[in-house]
Amino acid sequence: MATNNPPLLEVKNLRVEFPTRRGTLLAVDNVSFEISPGEVLGVVGESGAGKSLTGNAIIGLLEPPGRIAAGEIRLEGRRIDNLPYEEMRKVRGARIGAIFQDPLTSLNPLYSVGRQLVETIQTHKPLSTAQARARALELLKEVGIPGAEHRIDHYPHQFSGGMRQRVVIALALCAGPRLIVADEPTTALDVSIQAQIIALLKRLCREHQTAVMLVTHDMGVIAETADRVAVMYAGRIAEIGPVRDVIKHAQHPYTKGLMGSIPHLGERGERLTQIEGSMPRLTEIPKGCAFNPRCTFRGERCLVDRPELMAAGASRAACWLHDARGVGVPVVREPASA
Amino acid sequence: MLAFILRRLVQSVAVLLVVGLVSFSLFRYVGDPINGMVGQDTPASEREALKEKLGLNDPAPVQFLHFIGNAAKGWFGLSYRTSEPVNRMILERLPATLELSFCAALFALLIGLPMGVYTGLYPRHWSSRALQAVSLLGVSLPTFVIGILLILVFSVMLRWLPSFGRGETVNLGWWTTGFLRWKGIEALIMPAITLGLFQLTLIMRLVRSEMLEVMRTDYIKFARARGLTNRAINFGHALKNTLVPVITITGLQLGSIIAFSVVTETVFAWPGVGQLFIQSVQFVDIPVMAAYLMLIGLLFVLINLAVDLLYFAVDPRLRGGGLARAGGH
Amino acid sequence: MAQWIARAADSDIWWSFKSSVTTVIAAIVTLLIIVVAFLSPVLAPHTPFDPSTLSLTDGLKPPVFMGDDGDWSFPLGTDDQGRDVLSSIMYGTRLSLEVGFASVVVAMLLGITLGLFSGYFGGAVDSVIMRIADVQLTFPAILVALLIDGIVRGILTSQRHDEIAVFVIVGAIGLSFWVQYARTVRGSVLVEKNKEYVQAARVIGLSPILIMFRHVLPNVTGPVLVIGTINLGLAIITEATLSFLGVGLPSTQPSLGTLIRLGNELLQSGEWWITLFPSITLAALVLAVNLLGDWLRDALNPKLR
Repeated sequence: MATNNPPLLEVKNLRVEFPTRRGTLLAVDNVSFEISPGEVLGVVGESGAGKSLTGNAIIGLLEPPGRIAAGEIRLEGRRIDNLPYEEMRKVRGARIGAIFQDPLTSLNPLYSVGRQLVETIQTHKPLSTAQARARALELLKEVGIPGAEHRIDHYPHQFSGGMRQRVVIALALCAGPRLIVADEPTTALDVSIQAQIIALLKRLCREHQTAVMLVTHDMGVIAETADRVAVMYAGRIAEIGPVRDVIKHAQHPYTKGLMGSIPHLGERGERLTQIEGSMPRLTEIPKGCAFNPRCTFRGERCLVDRPELMAAGASRAACWLHDARGVGVPVVREPASA
Repeated sequence: MLAFILRRLVQSVAVLLVVGLVSFSLFRYVGDPINGMVGQDTPASEREALKEKLGLNDPAPVQFLHFIGNAAKGWFGLSYRTSEPVNRMILERLPATLELSFCAALFALLIGLPMGVYTGLYPRHWSSRALQAVSLLGVSLPTFVIGILLILVFSVMLRWLPSFGRGETVNLGWWTTGFLRWKGIEALIMPAITLGLFQLTLIMRLVRSEMLEVMRTDYIKFARARGLTNRAINFGHALKNTLVPVITITGLQLGSIIAFSVVTETVFAWPGVGQLFIQSVQFVDIPVMAAYLMLIGLLFVLINLAVDLLYFAVDPRLRGGGLARAGGH
Repeated sequence: MAQWIARAADSDIWWSFKSSVTTVIAAIVTLLIIVVAFLSPVLAPHTPFDPSTLSLTDGLKPPVFMGDDGDWSFPLGTDDQGRDVLSSIMYGTRLSLEVGFASVVVAMLLGITLGLFSGYFGGAVDSVIMRIADVQLTFPAILVALLIDGIVRGILTSQRHDEIAVFVIVGAIGLSFWVQYARTVRGSVLVEKNKEYVQAARVIGLSPILIMFRHVLPNVTGPVLVIGTINLGLAIITEATLSFLGVGLPSTQPSLGTLIRLGNELLQSGEWWITLFPSITLAALVLAVNLLGDWLRDALNPKLR
């Protein structure tokens, strides 16, 4: 629901590098996007595409030696990528929250759930312990923990996986952030619980007017939850647009391949498409368009020039197919080796 | 919880029995107990009579039970070397060893723990690296070398501290303490440092590596993502989680201190149980060896038990609870 | 072969080795010490343990740099019997190293074997071995070694004991260190035993023992090596301690520990060099071994890659 309101989060030309002994790895390459207040942006892609790192960069928790080499990140107009640690700490939790993949390891096993909630609340808001505890109780009820009054003093190991992730969500929301970065929030859960957690997340964020950057490799979750989606490939955004459009009318060959590989109920007899080859390693990113070795539509231009995001239907795609000059002379892909 | 304690108690008794078995085997089968007690030219008939009197002709299991019974009462017979009752010899010297071990342990903990936390929190700082290097030295230097070096510097060259003995001690009932006299305390300093240094470096390295592990966990990452202060993260979350495994190992190390007192007591001529043990090995004084073994076994078992209970108290995952499926997800 | 060297040279392990100055220095020092020690019959200026070459008039000479009493043929001084300290240190280091390595090997062999048995056969065998291990673990290695030495002394006469002292010590130390290897190997065996390929092998008729060896042993090499490096330093220290206490290698076949003990007796009267130089050598040796061990542990640790 992009509106004329100023964006909540702006990421411009973000570059994340990893200096290693074999040279510098470029894990996130010139990525730009925006998130509007209250909107859910899905970020989808294969493992290693750079989606988690982008999320980490936004909350300022890139693990060394990884670092932001270039670009800007602005939250409500204010730059946050270059803040000193203490300033950024105040932003975390209070303005940007985060949810990680594994609810078991996300919670400190030695402290009760209530204590962890109260601590987080009191870090950001000047409430007394009693007030904070009351707020914690409210939150636990909101996320659907039955018997919250006495479960608030239970330890993480006393909750089931789905319950734990609810607690994690409560913790992420308790200081009232405007944006949540959710990194694979359902991947570690049973399929039957995934739907519940996603629905919970969606509902809460709508109620609290919180935007979500939902990072996942599961297209189904995106289809259910997101307003817009960004497809990442090899550290770059391949396509970005409203969810309906990207799914039904994919504009980038990679996205087309992804959508074709998802089985649909009711379709019979059609083979699932498979994209030949695999995503390149970060040390061997091809020249020009990163996807070109696997692309059926490639032309000479794709081997040489790197495409930026450009208008394509209702979305934007980084593909020369949508450029007036096209892809040039088509280059047929060599038959894939066994 | 009760089941846990009971189980541990049973295990402890089992271990003690095994130690007892080893002690008993030593007693009975190594060397000839009779030879140690009589002269060269005692006639065979007297030896036989002695054997009978000491119950050495009874079947082995009976002798074992006898031995355990005696051990439980604290009787280990007479020393082959001095013919004194072994238990009296040990009791005389126990306070010396215990005081020394206590001081060494205190020294190791009070310095090792904070140093470990510091180097764990700031591992790349030059001071941390320096401490790491020094700790490596501590682990590499054998205890007796440290002792000798200390004696060389502080006794022989500087003449500040005494190089042997306990200095002055005061009798409190059957306990003798060195704490109440300045000279007693002086005599404690170098041995305590020598004994504690190895443990100190061990503790420091352990705490450091645990800290580093903990700092990389997801819950610390999540805590940071929630904007908790460094203080809350380092001392509230990280430290508590670090201490849980550290407690176990530290407790076991304390037992190690008591065992290592053997070396320190030799270097500093400290009249403790350790020195007694070394003498007994040199002279093949079996009763003393056996008694020392049981004593150490008992101490270790008690320490292990205490550590387990402590662990229990600190880690909520061990106390009942488990998964409470309170309906729904 | 050239290919293997090229691959090794490009590997992460070599890189991490080269890039750590301390480790390279440690490796050089260790190598130096080992070479000098093992070449001691050739390199040592004297043969301090051949009584026919000794002369009491050479006794108690201080090191060369200490004053006019010093003599260049005894660069580090002599002890009260006229034995050259430098040569004693060389021979002593060799003994210390031999005993150290040998006991680690003994511990490894014993531990790996017992661990394999324990894991593979399970049941009563496993219980017994693990109980023994538990009990033994409650005691620090030095006590176990002392105990074993005491027992042997009780069985043999003191003279005979001294003759085979080296073997006794190696055995004692080896016996006190086997437990960690056994536990690690046993753990690996248990993990592998339950894997499907073992059952599949049984179905096909292949000997599961052989299969397990082929799969367990490679898995276990890493951790075993790591334990070995820690143990080497400890073994050397333990032997030195035993010798220092007078229950290790005797003065006819002295290791560094024995030398330190002999020198200690003269410490109070001011002849410090007899005990100090062996001490420094011992410390340097163990330090270097530990540094190498530390580096090896970090290099092999998958979590730190």
